Amino acid sequence: MFDFLLQPWPWYFSGPMIALVMFLLLWTGKSFGMSSNLRTFCAALGAGKRVSFFAFDWKTQRWNLMVALGAVVGGFIAANYLSVSTAVAISENTVAQLQQLGIQDAGQAYMPQALFDSNAISNPKALLLLTLGGFFVGFGARYAGGCTSGHAISGLSNFQLPSLIAVVGFFIGGLFVNHFLLPFLL
Amino acid sequence: MRTLIYFSIGILFGITMFKSEAASWFRIYEMFQFDAFHMYGIIGSALFCGAIITFLLKKQKATSLLDGAAIVIADKEKGWKRYLYGGLLFGFGWAISGACPGPMFTILGAGFLPILVVIAAATLGTFCYGAVKKYLPH
Repeated sequence: MFDFLLQPWPWYFSGPMIALVMFLLLWTGKSFGMSSNLRTFCAALGAGKRVSFFAFDWKTQRWNLMVALGAVVGGFIAANYLSVSTAVAISENTVAQLQQLGIQDAGQAYMPQALFDSNAISNPKALLLLTLGGFFVGFGARYAGGCTSGHAISGLSNFQLPSLIAVVGFFIGGLFVNHFLLPFLL
Repeated sequence: MRTLIYFSIGILFGITMFKSEAASWFRIYEMFQFDAFHMYGIIGSALFCGAIITFLLKKQKATSLLDGAAIVIADKEKGWKRYLYGGLLFGFGWAISGACPGPMFTILGAGFLPILVVIAAATLGTFCYGAVKKYLPH
């Protein structure tokens, strides 16, 4: 059993575990939505003084900040104590393609060094990509009223049409960038 | 006590995100290339279980474990513009950074420090949305 947990988790175990997290949050009277934390950050940093969208008592969202903090600790535990190897065995097709784009560690690492090695941010191109990517994720998640957890998991589980529209948007946007822009950006 | 409960749920979430590899930039890239079933399997099986859970919680009129209040699973506001436009922008960022707002925290804990740039930029993006919200179609 423990051996199983130390290997990369298969999709049929991972998916139900995500549903379990959603269930635990619903059962304790909350909901599963991680991007709300970014709004809470803004409120806690005082953005409510200038923009009414952030004028709420951020302390009511402390529970979700604890979930986020737990996610940090969970990432630490998983990477350091629950993994024999952290290399992600992506398909050979993807590996070949990424190597052509100059991502040499595809298939051998958890994250591409070009973007996530500690030295990566001294490279202006990597810094620009991380900033652009993060900015769009934050802006888009709030504009759409949720991200993968709030719309793709919680919303679709509740058969919400708005969530389906949002998820279709996630994929059209992602496919466009992945196929037409990343080849030039990476 | 409550703090500890949510912190623990977060740890479970973080471990799941890391071990499922849904937090890996490579898996997101591969997903958008349709080169593997992995991510679709994760989302699909999460949805399958999630739909059953949501159905049962609503049908049973379940109450919260902590204070006995009714569990309310709210409907999303009607409309389509904000969902489509916001979704597209989110997708742009997702494909570039390979990180959604949950896995960002997991990646930080796993020690990939440049993710702090992504988290800071995502917070800035959220702030900018709040600042221009009234000018955008919803």
